[in-house]
Amino acid sequence: MAKRDRLSGNEAVAIALRQINPDVFPAFPITPSTEIPQYFASFVANGQVDTEFIPVESEHSSMSAAVGASAAGARSFTATSSCGLAYMWEELYIAASNRLPLVLALVNRALSGPININCDHSDSMGARDAGWIQMYAENNQEAYDNMVQAYRISEHKDVRIPIMICQDGFITSHAVENIELLEDQDVKDFVGEYHPETYLLNPDCPAAVGPYSITDYYMEAKRNQAEGMKHVSQVVLDVAKEFEGISGRAYGLFEEYCMADAEMAVVMIGSAAGTTKDAIDRLREKGIKAGLIKIRLYRPFPASEIAEALKTVKAVAIMDRAEGYTNHGGPLGADVMSALYRAHADALAVNYIYGLGGRDIRVEDMEGVFEALKQIIEEGDAGETYRYLGLRE
Amino acid sequence: MSNLTEIRWHGRGGQGAKTAALLLADVAFQTGKYVQGFPEYGPERMGAPITAYNRISDTVIRAHSNIYDPEYVVVVDESLLEAVDVTGGLKKEGAILVNTYRSKEEIIPHLKGYEGKVYTIDAHKVSMATMGRYFPNTPLLAAIVKVAGLMDQETFLREMRASFSHKFASKPEVIDGNMAALEMAFKEVQ
Amino acid sequence: MATDITRLGVKANWRDLTEGMIIAGAGTSKDFNTGEWSTDKPEFIEEKCKQCLLCVPVCPDSCIPVKDMKRGAFDYDHCKGCGICVKACPFGAITMEGVK
Repeated sequence: MAKRDRLSGNEAVAIALRQINPDVFPAFPITPSTEIPQYFASFVANGQVDTEFIPVESEHSSMSAAVGASAAGARSFTATSSCGLAYMWEELYIAASNRLPLVLALVNRALSGPININCDHSDSMGARDAGWIQMYAENNQEAYDNMVQAYRISEHKDVRIPIMICQDGFITSHAVENIELLEDQDVKDFVGEYHPETYLLNPDCPAAVGPYSITDYYMEAKRNQAEGMKHVSQVVLDVAKEFEGISGRAYGLFEEYCMADAEMAVVMIGSAAGTTKDAIDRLREKGIKAGLIKIRLYRPFPASEIAEALKTVKAVAIMDRAEGYTNHGGPLGADVMSALYRAHADALAVNYIYGLGGRDIRVEDMEGVFEALKQIIEEGDAGETYRYLGLRE
Repeated sequence: MSNLTEIRWHGRGGQGAKTAALLLADVAFQTGKYVQGFPEYGPERMGAPITAYNRISDTVIRAHSNIYDPEYVVVVDESLLEAVDVTGGLKKEGAILVNTYRSKEEIIPHLKGYEGKVYTIDAHKVSMATMGRYFPNTPLLAAIVKVAGLMDQETFLREMRASFSHKFASKPEVIDGNMAALEMAFKEVQ
Repeated sequence: MATDITRLGVKANWRDLTEGMIIAGAGTSKDFNTGEWSTDKPEFIEEKCKQCLLCVPVCPDSCIPVKDMKRGAFDYDHCKGCGICVKACPFGAITMEGVK
């Protein structure tokens, strides 16, 4: 039986974690951390979980401790945000290259400078090439559901790659919204016990983790690592299917909204997708065939599936909540455009930078994007493909 | 989007406008509504102007933007009437609720010609009389529930008692004062 | 399950490498002939040796085998020629001369 509640995104993730009861949770307990360790610490203090909660001195240490705990054979977790993630950079690569199952809850916030604490995706976009799985949420429900599914994906024997469960800072992390929680036992049964094959605390088969890999091996090691990534999409779909069985909520690699007959589409990540759905509903009432693709799984990137979903679209706007400083757009723009190119797609594509540092996105802003797409279709030319939305000029 | 009510709160850091918005979301949720309660984070310091928002609806809420054209505005600190455009976008079919010891007639000239209904409450008086300290958000919560007609008084008080019992589980002595503040606020709002 | 390290020579292709380059199973370093890295080797002069065994614990590569409380010949497959045993021997029973 699902339980209806109203929670902030941070509370929702913390409750999913209480239900999962991981073995080890190291966290840096003050800014720029999130409320997730704070809520979870109260569960530890109240004896609701038996997790080893380790308040460490920095994010460099929290990820190091999580890596060590995972190598030892423990189900490990940590949470951070913004420059906290930046300070984990070195260990992100270690966790991924050592193929250690691990979950990081990330609350997406801008990186300095200028100094800013509000939402954008520049923190996780910078870490997109670290070898982690990245999954994003539109609202607190999706953040919770993704968290419940995270260990099943990360620990899968064909995967064994750390996973980042991302949600939009403040917009969902600090906003109270309706949510349906699963029963504790249903989550426990779904996630299951963790039985690693090789781990440091196994007296019957000691192991060496974190090798020095000279030039003779490094490239082969990286290619070997890439092989795990190739299995992720299928595992994500399989786990989602099973999750639908216990929750009634269906998930894929991305969500298609009104895409069946869409002539113009927006591709985006995160909370602004909800706002875009309201814009699409307004446009559909006027007979305008607008649609949305909301990315759930960003790493690995479901390129061919997205190109397929955009096959009949005449114009597409790809929305980046992070700058790439490439002089031609942001990271999602680059990924989607290269997917379209490889699929020999006909769609005219533009890339918008939006919502940096918490800049608000209204339904009207997204209607404006579709208006621009309409004009692009009429003119048969994408014009300037590197654009800013909501910029004072 | 049917029956969507949007409310904007103007306060100063430390006055509890964010908490009030979250409490309102809480209590509206208890009556079976879809809700959003969220603050707009700016400079994190006591006294800085802050904004918080509520959406309350019979159907799923998907928009994640701030609120620009609210039905209702609550002003937690009347000094903000001069500092912030509190009536910006406020629908004239809606209303503004101002926390002040002054009369409605004294407040109206400061509302930049706002044509809708104006309500006032002296949350300081209510708070001091019932709780002995100044917590403006509790009386204002009751006042906006009444002004916006979000639910009847009996339901509201029942849900709030349940909410306080949970929130103040470790200091039950403050529950009665808070409840008295809500009841008094219902009578005091003008 | 212990890793089969015989497949991990420098010519190994990417599929033969272990997941995360993790090596499962203890003592696999024995199977690597790291002794070939050295340019110098110690020489054991048995007639000068008093079997005090001071050289044994100082060897970083455990290359001095002991049987029945007596040390034996150097394990040149793993000795890297660091010379610490030469310094540890009070009787001049180990030198770095002669063995190449």
